[in-house]
Amino acid sequence: MILARVIGNVVATQKNERYANARIMLCQPVSLEGEEIGATLIALDSVDSGVGDTVLVVQEGWGASTAATREPGAAIDSAIVGVVDYIDLLAEENKGVRR
Amino acid sequence: MIIARILGTVVSTQKDERLRGKKLLIVRPLNLDGSDTSGFVIAVDTVGAGYHERVLVVAGSSARLAEGMKDAPVDAAIVGVIDTVDYVND
Amino acid sequence: MQLARVIGTVVATVKNDSLEGRKLLVVQSLNARLEPQGAPLVALDAIGAGTGELVMWCRGKEASFPFRREDTPTDCTIIAIVDSDAHVTGGGR
Repeated sequence: MILARVIGNVVATQKNERYANARIMLCQPVSLEGEEIGATLIALDSVDSGVGDTVLVVQEGWGASTAATREPGAAIDSAIVGVVDYIDLLAEENKGVRR
Repeated sequence: MIIARILGTVVSTQKDERLRGKKLLIVRPLNLDGSDTSGFVIAVDTVGAGYHERVLVVAGSSARLAEGMKDAPVDAAIVGVIDTVDYVND
Repeated sequence: MQLARVIGTVVATVKNDSLEGRKLLVVQSLNARLEPQGAPLVALDAIGAGTGELVMWCRGKEASFPFRREDTPTDCTIIAIVDSDAHVTGGGR
């Protein structure tokens, strides 16, 4: 899983039928220090996350599909499976980590 | 599989119910000589690994084949604690 | 999945039989501000998208799931059309 920050959402009426009722969230992968890293991605929400939350994004199809739709086999490659409460790092790695 | 070291833990209350009770560790992939690569990944611990340990991490759908991970939405799992690594240094 | 703009079409007469009748589109991935991110790529269309539209695409093995999944060789498929640019919120635009 990777860490990402939820930065927005996307509305699409015309979409694959397996996406019905899905919350489509715009996510920005972040480093342990909370800095933006890498490309923006879209993940389906399965845990009622909201904009500003730091979340766990699973990037494996079976897990993402079952988390977001309760069934495997959908064309879903990423899903939000957890909202991060806090991150606890080894002392020598701790350089001002925030949520 | 990759060799990684444990950097810390992630605590999440609001999460997929299939992740309940699972320990989420932050790991950083290592080079063969033990030096850090950049980046990190969140992996589910299946062997009781702890801080300062080097571990084996399996990624992708194979992570779900690890002990206790059946039907869990995980893409990386810690499946071993490394004692030593021997390799030919060309 | 990622956001992308459909910027063109690809016509290929000789292709894998399972791609017969399928539409191939050139997409440019976008970041949250709808600015280009990375190189353009070719995606299989599963929803009826057209040039100029803002879409979502799915990568990897899952990209074949909207089709006959056992024999559709795609790793990038358009699975939704975003209603409009304004329907992407929170991108800091």
